[in-house]
Amino acid sequence: MLNNIDKHILEMIADIHGTPKGAYNIRKNGVGVDRSVTPNIEIRTKIDKPGIDIIVKPGTKGESVHIPVILTAEGLHDLVYNTFDIGAGADVTIIAGCGIHNPGDKNAQHDGVHNFIIRKGARMRYVEKHYGEGKGEGKRILNPRTIVEVEEDGYAEMELVQISGVDNTLRETEAFVHDNGHLYMVERMLTDGDQFAESRMTVELIGLDASTQIISRSVARDNSQQIFYPRVIGLNRCRGHVQCDSIIMQGAKVRSIPEISAQHADSQLVHEAAIGKIAGEQLIKLMTLGLSEKDAEDTILEGFLN
Amino acid sequence: MLEIKDLSVSLEGRNGPVEILRNINLTLEDHLLYVFTGPNGGGKSTLAKAIMGIYPAAAGKILLNGQDITSLSITERACLGVGYAFQQPPRFKGLTVGKMLEIACGKNRTCEDCNYLYSVGLCPQDYIGREVDTSLSGGEVKRIEIATLLARDLKVAIYDEPEAGIDLWSFSRLIETFNNLHEQYDTTIILISHQERIINLADEIILVADGGIKEKGRKEEVWPLIMQDATCTCRGDCNERVG
Ligand SMILES: Nc1ncnc2c1ncn2[C@@H]1O[C@H](COP(=O)(O)OP(=O)(O)OP(=O)(O)O)[C@@H](O)[C@H]1O
Ligand SMILES: [Mg+2]
Repeated sequence: MLNNIDKHILEMIADIHGTPKGAYNIRKNGVGVDRSVTPNIEIRTKIDKPGIDIIVKPGTKGESVHIPVILTAEGLHDLVYNTFDIGAGADVTIIAGCGIHNPGDKNAQHDGVHNFIIRKGARMRYVEKHYGEGKGEGKRILNPRTIVEVEEDGYAEMELVQISGVDNTLRETEAFVHDNGHLYMVERMLTDGDQFAESRMTVELIGLDASTQIISRSVARDNSQQIFYPRVIGLNRCRGHVQCDSIIMQGAKVRSIPEISAQHADSQLVHEAAIGKIAGEQLIKLMTLGLSEKDAEDTILEGFLN
Repeated sequence: MLEIKDLSVSLEGRNGPVEILRNINLTLEDHLLYVFTGPNGGGKSTLAKAIMGIYPAAAGKILLNGQDITSLSITERACLGVGYAFQQPPRFKGLTVGKMLEIACGKNRTCEDCNYLYSVGLCPQDYIGREVDTSLSGGEVKRIEIATLLARDLKVAIYDEPEAGIDLWSFSRLIETFNNLHEQYDTTIILISHQERIINLADEIILVADGGIKEKGRKEEVWPLIMQDATCTCRGDCNERVG
């Protein structure tokens, strides 16, 4: 069922070599091609629209779910709705990701709407990687929309990564954090060529002692463009920290517009944003250790994005 | 052997190039430990950076074991065995101490990262995985910087104020490390320092002041001359501002 291109893409986006362990669902060109469930993790196909429901039983510990999506046909516009219901007290890892191999001159597009509910006291680690490749002129477009609800005492750690090769992306993320819940979100992005990326993120700290940390690190090369709108709203006694760091190179353009909005006197919100070239002294230091200028640059970018 | 012949270095100032070093002539032998000392702003770091290739020579030559390296790049000099530990090391978001040491060792040598860290008084298990970013204290970054040089196979090793910001306990460990390096290898070691305990390690002291070499010799000969000169040369009235 899966050919070598598929396998390569799976490696890139989900670190999958062969069959993944635990529960998984592999979607290719708009249809599910392989699925496995466990006694604690159920995966159901939605009836009313394309997509799946992933239901993790309360108290499930140490299990993982892989849900990669592969697009290898040109001219395809895949739209999918996935719902993740992480039961109370569970502790799981979800590896998602979308890889596009566009062989032709028509666009290939995947729009994913992901809904997460992290129930009382549950912990979830979510990793999503986006990657594009293919020699054709057709654009590779990924527009993910993510909605996260972190219930009381819940913890969500989300890593959203765009590795390379995505021509156009608009990411929208909304999160709602309740009493004593915590959301840790890391976004890493690399754009080059004429790529364009926009990320809009809003986190509402609703509950007492809700907290969030948002870290965005990006590298913009060539003539690519990036725009970031991270936004944290404090509606209770809460803590929020937004940190945006971008390295800009060649003719790229980066805009970073963080917003913190306190609607409660006990909200503690901080934002930091920085855009700059690679510091010359960093390059020089690595060159004094024997690296060429090019290798020094690659090492700095790789470290920065990892 | 490192030979510096009639070296001048100019850097870009606010109103055009400024000559920072003038007619430097110096021969440094293998297996000897030199201390460059002298007043702040005298040109010690500039000289070190010119040896490393960070600053170009405006005139003159630098030879390493007879090979003219004046026009070689930083990377090429590093590969020939020139090393420089920065007075103010840069920090890196996302690069770990372990990765820095691995880079410093190069591909063809086994990286004894634990040993390098022990030598500068850092517990490897606490530091290998840490990022060399602003979360490290000044003294920690400084010691990691020194460790990156210990990891290299060098003909000329320059440590720029290795003692700066380092606590008393680590300082003793560092002195021991420099002593061992000096005994075991035939590297030319240059320590840039204002510290008497470091100056005491020197086979020869070189006084760098006002962009030139003012004295060179054994401690007994040079020290009295240095101390004689240790008066403030800045005179004038603060009300007489220029410009
Ligand atoms: N990039 C630069 N542009 C212009 N002037 C410089 C530059 N770097 C250094 N200088 C000047 O060159 C002189 C020598 O500086 P250098 O850093 O070599 O001194 P140093 O002897 O290492 O001093 P210290 O003991 O304070 O470390 C100083 O007057 C300094 O202001
Ligand atoms: Mg100096």
